[in-house]
Amino acid sequence: MIESDVFVQALQDIGVDFFTGVPDSILGGIIAELMERRLYTPAVREDEAVAMAAGAYMAGKIPAVLMQNSGLGTSLNTLISLNYIYQQPCILIVSWRGQGGKDAPEHLVMGEVMPQFLDTMKIPHRTLTEKTAIDDFKWVAETFMKKRIPVALNITKGVVKGLHP
Amino acid sequence: MRPEQGTMQSRAMAMAALLELLTDQPVIICNGFPSREAQKIADRPTHFYMIGSMGSAAAIALGVALSKPNKQLIVFDGDGNVLMGMGTLATVGALKPKNFIHVVFDNEVYGTTGNQPTISNVVPLEKVAKAAGYVNVERVREREDLVYEFKDMLKKDGPSMLLVKVNEMVEDAGRVILDPPDITKRFMQAIR
Repeated sequence: MIESDVFVQALQDIGVDFFTGVPDSILGGIIAELMERRLYTPAVREDEAVAMAAGAYMAGKIPAVLMQNSGLGTSLNTLISLNYIYQQPCILIVSWRGQGGKDAPEHLVMGEVMPQFLDTMKIPHRTLTEKTAIDDFKWVAETFMKKRIPVALNITKGVVKGLHP
Repeated sequence: MRPEQGTMQSRAMAMAALLELLTDQPVIICNGFPSREAQKIADRPTHFYMIGSMGSAAAIALGVALSKPNKQLIVFDGDGNVLMGMGTLATVGALKPKNFIHVVFDNEVYGTTGNQPTISNVVPLEKVAKAAGYVNVERVREREDLVYEFKDMLKKDGPSMLLVKVNEMVEDAGRVILDPPDITKRFMQAIR
């Protein structure tokens, strides 16, 4: 399991200096760490968060947006009609609720279709594992720089330490 | 008579009066006719023209304002856009960026799609902003009041909202010419 502070430090090490989003339990430890470092700007909806990220990018920041995968649905239009077509990249840290069909009912459909959903939205994505973490962060940074569009790092349950161990 | 009884000023007239008072401040302009009119009245590299993502103007501006706290940031928004992204009034009100001036041109209709009514005739958006935590809010109709209050807001710490009641008149203005990636690049360079 990756410690939350190691995860946040890895993002800072690749240059991320603007963090916003909407919480999820899987991301609880990461958000607590970001708040402790006074780096986190809370948003009220995921589409608002990705629009804030677009503004921050244009002001010279490297933005990351944290969200539950349900937020991908909420932010779909903003991601494609703002961030994507204007080439305003951001790093989406997306918790994969409903993965493998084991979650509350509201998460099961998105949990099942999430990879195809991201493919359809033309958002490059990868799922973080402890073994491949160094490569995963490198891939995120390279894709961000090269493609200049939103890129997603999916976080499954238990890979990054949460609030309640 | 729609909108509000006796509103003579068009959005383009109001926008021109405000653009005269601005120099190199970044301006985020919402999608639909506002971006097209701003491009026609005065196309500046400091303008960010939205063409999609309705409801996001204030959120984009907030991202810029928080990242550039020493630059005064202006948003040209519309009533339909504010209603769609109303949660952002709360985010702005809570975070209280001092460098944030939110101008809302309120014509009470969705102009680009055929003047279907919004609900801003019964929901006073400046009062919503005030309740959410904006520091200064004003509602104006006449050109003299508009200029006076905007000049005042340029001098004050925000966040501020200036709601301008305008009529439904639309300027004969073409679509935004620049490609979206070029709008991004030009704006980034201009506000560096």
